[in-house]
Amino acid sequence: MHWARAFAESTIGKKIFMAASGVILVGFVLVHMTGNLLMFQGPAAINHYSAFLKSSAPLLWAVRITLLVSVAVHIGSAWSLTLVARAARPARYARHHAQVSTWGARSMRTGGVLLFGFIVFHLLHLTTGNVHPEFSPSDVYGNVVVGLRMPVVAAFYVVAMIALGLHLAHGVSSLFQTLGLNHPHWNPIRHRLAIVLAVLVFTGFSTIPLAVAFGVLR
Amino acid sequence: MRITLRVWRQLGPTDPGRLETRDVPDVSPDMSFLEMLDVVNEGLIAAGETPIAFDHDCREGICGACSMMINGVPHGPNRATTTCQLHMRTFRDGDTIVVEPWRAKAFPVVRDLVVDRSALDRIISAGGFIGVSTGSAADANATPIPKTVADRAMDSAQCIGCGACVAACPNASAMLFTAAKVVHLGLLPQGQPERYRRVLSMVRQMDLEEFGGCTNFGECQDACPKEINVAVIGRMNADFLKASLSNRDEAA
Repeated sequence: MHWARAFAESTIGKKIFMAASGVILVGFVLVHMTGNLLMFQGPAAINHYSAFLKSSAPLLWAVRITLLVSVAVHIGSAWSLTLVARAARPARYARHHAQVSTWGARSMRTGGVLLFGFIVFHLLHLTTGNVHPEFSPSDVYGNVVVGLRMPVVAAFYVVAMIALGLHLAHGVSSLFQTLGLNHPHWNPIRHRLAIVLAVLVFTGFSTIPLAVAFGVLR
Repeated sequence: MRITLRVWRQLGPTDPGRLETRDVPDVSPDMSFLEMLDVVNEGLIAAGETPIAFDHDCREGICGACSMMINGVPHGPNRATTTCQLHMRTFRDGDTIVVEPWRAKAFPVVRDLVVDRSALDRIISAGGFIGVSTGSAADANATPIPKTVADRAMDSAQCIGCGACVAACPNASAMLFTAAKVVHLGLLPQGQPERYRRVLSMVRQMDLEEFGGCTNFGECQDACPKEINVAVIGRMNADFLKASLSNRDEAA
């Protein structure tokens, strides 16, 4: 198995792990966002959907474990590659002008750390309820409305979704390149797909804290 | 033209180094950047001081020796231009120009603006070659190669190994350099026998030299004086993945 080890230890291998886990996480984000929008159909719709997701414990845990492993692989590769990159340039330039770097590319690392913090908070807030004022396991609708009523919490959710949008704007087009799919026919499409997904995901998720903040959902 | 030069001076690999400010009053707009440095150095020698050390060789943009960071951009502000082909008319009278060596752990500073780029040579040694039969040279047209393939191989082969991609990369990654070499040989029929072994050993050497990884910023492509496209990195990633999954070791 030394080939597998050599692959996993190479910088390209780590990038491929990051891209592959990213694909799984993007898939989750899209499903999660679509499910969340049931909030606008009223308490019955979202609570029924939640009960449906939890109806099979083995399936639920299979999905949860897949996601946890993906997050671990994604962060582990990012962490390792960041250390390699830091070590690769010990002395900084007195003057350095980046020419083509996008906000998405620049914010991958800090935005990624912010997103990790958000995920931990979000799980404690609306999955386990540890940091929620009045958590009820069966009433998702009530949990969301009560949980996002504090402006600071709602603002944190929106800021985290800006970070997620930027992360996807770079990550979704970047993953094709990392997986070796670079072709002049498809490059404009993958760049556009990344922007469309970034805007879609940001908008889809942010409407909920904003709707609670402005009293549309109550 | 009169310019102010802020240039990196470093006595040797262990010296911490510093930026030194010099007034250069007698610059002709028609000078190349290296000729401007030559004039500065003649002045330094006449005054009994040590000239600024910098790498240069062909001075016609094809050797890749003249490598320096000019105002925070490898080879200065012009596109597809090496430092030797950069003319002083690019700058304005009274400009301050900051000149620094490439910054990467894999490129230790030898002196002033000169860095040791042997790491790139070692990546080439690891696999940037093809096997050929000895004897008289084969007919150049004996192997048919589609024009689009030949053109893409030629685009990659333009790499002069200057290291601007590493210098511009926020991660000090040598992916564009390595990929240009891997793709140049890997596209052509003559490069097929070693294709998958090549990508594995060149990437291994690239990592051993302690370059950073690629995060798809695209700064390398913009800095490359030969305009090598990051598409070569995508192709190298694909070859590396395929080689990792399927390459067989030679029987002992």
